[in-house]
Parts: sequence; structure tokens; C-alpha cells
Amino acid sequence: MKNRIIIILLLLAPLAVHADLKILTCEPEWAALATELGGNKIEVSSATNALQDPHYIQARPSLISKVGRADLIVCSGAQLEIGWLPMLLRKANNPKVLPGSPGFLEASEYVKRLDVSPNIDRSRGDVHPQGNPHIQTNPYNMLLVADVMTERLVELDINNAEYYQQNLVDFRQRWTDAIANWEERAAVLRGKRVIAHHNSWIYLEDWLGLNEVATLEAVSGIPPTASHLGSLLEQYGDHGADFIIRAPFQSEKPSKWLSERTGIPAVLLPLTVGGTDEATNLFTWFDDIINRLLNAGGL
Amino acid sequence: MRTTLFGVLWVCLMFSGTPAMAQNETELDRLRSELAQMRADYELRIAQLEKRLDEAERKASEQQAATTHTEPRVQNQMETWQPDPLAGQMAESGINASNPAIGVVFQGQVWGYSDDPDSYQIPGFPLGGEAGPLPEGLALGETEINIAANVDDKFTARLTVPIAIEDGEAVVELEEAWVETMTLPAGLSLRAGRSYANIGYLNDKHAHSWDFADLPLVYEAFLGGQYIDDGLQLRWLAPTDFYLEFGAELTRGDKYPAGGAGHSGFGSHAFHLRTGGDVGFSNSWQAGLSYLKADADERESGDEDEPLFFTGQTDQWMAEFVWKWAPNGNNRQRNFIFQAEYMWRSQDGTYTLTDGSTLPYDTDQRGWYLQAVYQPFPRWRIGFRYDRLSSDNPGQDYAGTPLMPSTSDPRRYSVMADWSNSEFSRLRLQYQFDQAGFDDNNQWGLQYIFSIGAHGSHSF
Repeated sequence: MKNRIIIILLLLAPLAVHADLKILTCEPEWAALATELGGNKIEVSSATNALQDPHYIQARPSLISKVGRADLIVCSGAQLEIGWLPMLLRKANNPKVLPGSPGFLEASEYVKRLDVSPNIDRSRGDVHPQGNPHIQTNPYNMLLVADVMTERLVELDINNAEYYQQNLVDFRQRWTDAIANWEERAAVLRGKRVIAHHNSWIYLEDWLGLNEVATLEAVSGIPPTASHLGSLLEQYGDHGADFIIRAPFQSEKPSKWLSERTGIPAVLLPLTVGGTDEATNLFTWFDDIINRLLNAGGL
Repeated sequence: MRTTLFGVLWVCLMFSGTPAMAQNETELDRLRSELAQMRADYELRIAQLEKRLDEAERKASEQQAATTHTEPRVQNQMETWQPDPLAGQMAESGINASNPAIGVVFQGQVWGYSDDPDSYQIPGFPLGGEAGPLPEGLALGETEINIAANVDDKFTARLTVPIAIEDGEAVVELEEAWVETMTLPAGLSLRAGRSYANIGYLNDKHAHSWDFADLPLVYEAFLGGQYIDDGLQLRWLAPTDFYLEFGAELTRGDKYPAGGAGHSGFGSHAFHLRTGGDVGFSNSWQAGLSYLKADADERESGDEDEPLFFTGQTDQWMAEFVWKWAPNGNNRQRNFIFQAEYMWRSQDGTYTLTDGSTLPYDTDQRGWYLQAVYQPFPRWRIGFRYDRLSSDNPGQDYAGTPLMPSTSDPRRYSVMADWSNSEFSRLRLQYQFDQAGFDDNNQWGLQYIFSIGAHGSHSF
């Protein structure tokens, strides 16, 4: 009897009709990119929102069922999701999205990762030996990931290959134009000195020529301490930096504390799409990052 | 039961391979069209590659322009960097192809009791398995060695070996040693080996991830700590939009509340059904129901030197509920966890008492706990737990024996505060007022938990 039930279940499973490609992304920026490329041929959702720290996510029941039904999973990788994604993959029993299969895409594998340091240990905090995983804040990386994402969409849904290809060409054109515009407007930011809450911004700094002089966290991943903030005040109090930046999910207190005592403007920047009211899609997200920096600097 | 098992195995093996038998003409047609599609696919990809080559050249100059101002640190990487699509396979958990992920959890504690823990007992609930208070005074907890890796493209394996101190000697135990399928179709997976039973909420959680230093009383009394057994676990994730998981287990039945590997070594089986979901961005929950049937043949419990022996059957139902809250789902800053479990069991058989007499025993018992843990700001958490047990009266023949429950239900109140410098270190202070034994017992403990090596990922 039990055999029969299981056989029936096995036979029924493939009958579940799926029209659209189901995509689950770990972070909102990849969901936004998938929307640009997949248009109405895909159904996309993000496991995290812009107000959550993607390092620390619970392997929630709702995410297990989403991974179980996904055709493609897109994550930043480089161990950003190491505390929860492996558990989701193990619980979801979905061979289509296991690492190594076409349904599993780690964006950071396809860009130049910065701060790769295989020989560090955890005395420097929860650092990622494969490099800094917050690759999304350099728009050129978005182009590289768009290419590989389109390849995967085509591979998984060959019937709509032309559609995806056309969307990629279209996206590349609009994105390249936008980059030119951003670079022009952000030229005045070159060389500005930044204190970041956590080192989530090195790709942005790399792109815009910002100079990160310190982080509010004394040790990566461990909340800022009073003594470290005190030493930052001493070191940078006298116009030693131009911006103090943080992501929406990071506590406001440390940057506010330092800003009030130094006069250096504290700036909240969206680390991904949805991080601010203005950052509604990939384009407005970068618009907003640059607007906020220019406004804060009075530039 | 055995034929069922082989049936399940057979079905799983059938579907884990790729049956390549073209059985008839339609099958051949299908293959032809697939081949045609593959050819189209390749042509498309070649066209794509040509296009990418052009683009890459353009991009290289773009990037050169964008990065000329950067510091030299990235220059080297830029020149040598190549996309490495294979790296993704290994990157996911930070392990490489041949070296498994290895982690060690260090635990230690100091406990103080107002009442001698060596004589600790709960009237009506003679403790079995690993149950019992933590040792008094300074003591090393379990030092847990974890090793995990994928075996190949279809199987993954895990070993957990705690080294415990028993009577001053270091004893190597085998807590988990299992292999599990990764590629079964239809949301199925099958695990073989020694494993925590997938019942209740806490039963399959490692000690280092508990929110209190010890287990709820109901786990101590009903499962002898945690129920670990050797055998098979089948798990099925329903293809639904909401989470629905079903599991069935068939195990040897050597450990409390089973014992003696009954039914020729198929002594216990279990089922679980679990569901859960989100309420907005800030709340998520999980609820489950499990059932354990365990055969016992001369199962020991109570005093180690003068044990009681139970022969018979245990039917046990367990209900679990967990609610987690964090503002916007960002549990880094603040979060709250509510957790409750209820267990009911019926034991039907005979008890052999210390005087050698054997008496029939058919008694229902219940137990539950609820706990709440709150993190008001990063690194600090506080928690409260309430435990309670109750037992039917097994009959006047049991008067004066450890199986006779006391007139008031056993209960315990616990509070804890812990501090975690990082995800890998935790210090915890716990106090509890224990009214489970004959006398009220004030208990306090200080505990440390440190992890090195592979970064584990925790379940909900």
C-alpha cells in the first residue's frame, strides 16, 4: 500500500504544469536583473529584501518550499549566503538547483572579486576567503552577470531563447548609457574619503574612485564597539573623511554618533534595489546612490 | 514491514538513475526532436560566444577606463582573472572537491546544585538513555567533531563524533554517521545510517545550537535526551507553494525509548509532518506533528547500578510550534523566538523492578515546555523556559517505586542570558528552579560554546 502511494506521488510530480521559469534569487538585485532579462517569461522572487542583512538569514520554511520549486537560483556567492543557503538546498530536495547544475548561478564567480585572501583566519572577523561578496555595487559587474544569466535562461528555456537574447541586447544598451551618465555625474566624487559601516562598498569605491579610509566595525561582521568609534573620532575627527556610509539594515547609531561629533555627513545608501524609496529598479538604485552622495557632499 | 522498506528503496534507486531505454517509435521521435533542439542550442551558443567575444573586447576597454584610477591592489587580479564556472560547485560551502568541511565545537561549563545531582530523579519518570543533570562543578562538555562532504554527484555524507567525558575518561561517541541522496526526483531524499530522528523540533538540533544549556525536561524524560538511531529516513517535500514536508523513518530500535533492537532489528519507526510560512516580512513560523513507535526489550532506566527493565511498546506523539520575529526579517539587530512542544506517550508492557518482580505496566504520560528568547540588541539575548510533566498512576503495585509519580506534577523554571561575540562564540549564564524531583533544587550554570573550522548552516 505504501509502495503504491509513493509510486503515485512520483508519477504525479512531473505533471505539475509549469509555464514560466521559476527563479529564486538570494538578493533583490539579482531578482531585478532577472526581471530585466526574463521579462514576462519568468516568475521571480528574492529570498531576502533590502532591509535584511544577507549574511544572517533564517533557513525559513517558506524559503525551503521556494527552493524546492525553483528552476534557477541566483546568488551572490563567495560565501555570503553560507549560513543558510546550504541548509535550504539540503532540505529542498531539488536536484535542478544544486551547485554545479545549470539551475545554480553564483554571480561572484563571473566577476573580478576584490579582497581575495585565502590565507586569513577568523581573528579578522567573518571574512570571506574567496573575496568580498558584495559585488553588485559596480555596474560593470551587472553586465557580466547579465551575460551569464542570459546564458542560463536560454539553456533552461530554449523556446524563448530569442526573447532573452533580445532583452540582453536591450539591457546592455540602456545600462551602458546609464553608466556613462553616472560616471559623468560622479566624477566629482573621485578621491573622496569614506568611512563605511561594514566593508560592503568596495566595488562601488573601486568604480567611483572613492577611498575607504576606515570601517565602523573594528572586526568584520562584529558590531562597532565604543572604543573603536572613539579611536575613529580621534583619527578622523578633523575633516579626515568626507562620508560615513551604511546600508539600511545596519544600525544607524554608530554612524550618527560619529557624524555628530565630527561633522562628517552620515549617508544611508541602498546596498540593493529596494534599499530606499527611490531605488525601485536597477537604474533608479544607482541613480539614488549617486544622488545621495552628491547631496550629502553638497556637490 | 521489510517488504515495504525494500519497495521504497527499489523505487528510489529506479528513479535515481537515468533510464535510457527508448521503448517505442514515439520515444524515438522524441529523441530526434531533442537532438534537433540540442543542435539549435549549440548553434545559438556559438553565435552567442562570437557576440560575447566582440563584447568582451569592448568591455575590456570599458573596464580599463573604469578602473584606471584604482589602487594597485586590484591590478594583478584584473590581469590574471578568468571566469571560472566550475568554481561555483565548490564555492557553495567553502569546501573543495576532496577535502571535506571539518568543524570542531568546544563546549565547557560549570554547574552548581543546591541538591546532589547524583541522586536526581523525577518520580514516575525513571530516566533512560543520556538523560540526567549536567555534572556538578567545572566540567568539559562534549567536544564535537563534524566532518561533511559530498560523496559524488548523487550522495552527501556527514559524520559527527562527540568526545564526551564519562567518569573521568574521554569517550568517543558516534552521534551521526549518514549518507543522503541529493538527486532523487519528486522532492524525495533518502538517508541511511545513524542520525537524529527527525521528530519534534529540538530532537535533531545539535547541542551547540540550543537556546538553553540543557534540554527541556520532556526530552530528558521521554527520549532519554535526544533520540538517535540507526536506519533509514525518507523525506518528501511537497511541490506546493507553502512548506509541507513529510518524513518516514525505520530504525533499529536500540536506544531509549526503544531497546533491544526488537522485530529482528527493525525495532522502531517514526513519521513527521511539518509545515510553516511567513507572516509579512517580520514573522515566520513552523509547526509539526510527529509520531514514534518504539519496541523495548529489557530497556534499562532509572538507577545505573540497579536499573529497571521495561519490555513492551511505546507510542509517542509530539507536537511542535515555533514562531520567530525580527523587524523586517533582519534578525541581526533584534529578534524574538517563541517555541513550544507537547508530547504524549503511552507505554504498554511489563516492568521488572529492582526486587526482581515483574508487573504489568500500561500508563499514559504527558509533558510540555514553552520558551521565549529575546535579543534586544546585537550579541545579547535573554530567555525564559517553563517545563512540565504529568503521569497517570500506574497502579498501587508501584507504590514506593520510581515509577510512582508524585502528587504534584514535576515542573521547572529556567532563565538564561547569553552573549555571542560572533556567530562562532557564545557564553551563557543559566539559572533554574527545579521542582521535578523530591526536593526543590536551585541550579545555576555557566557555559561556553566555541566553533572553529567549517561555517555550518543552521536549520530554522
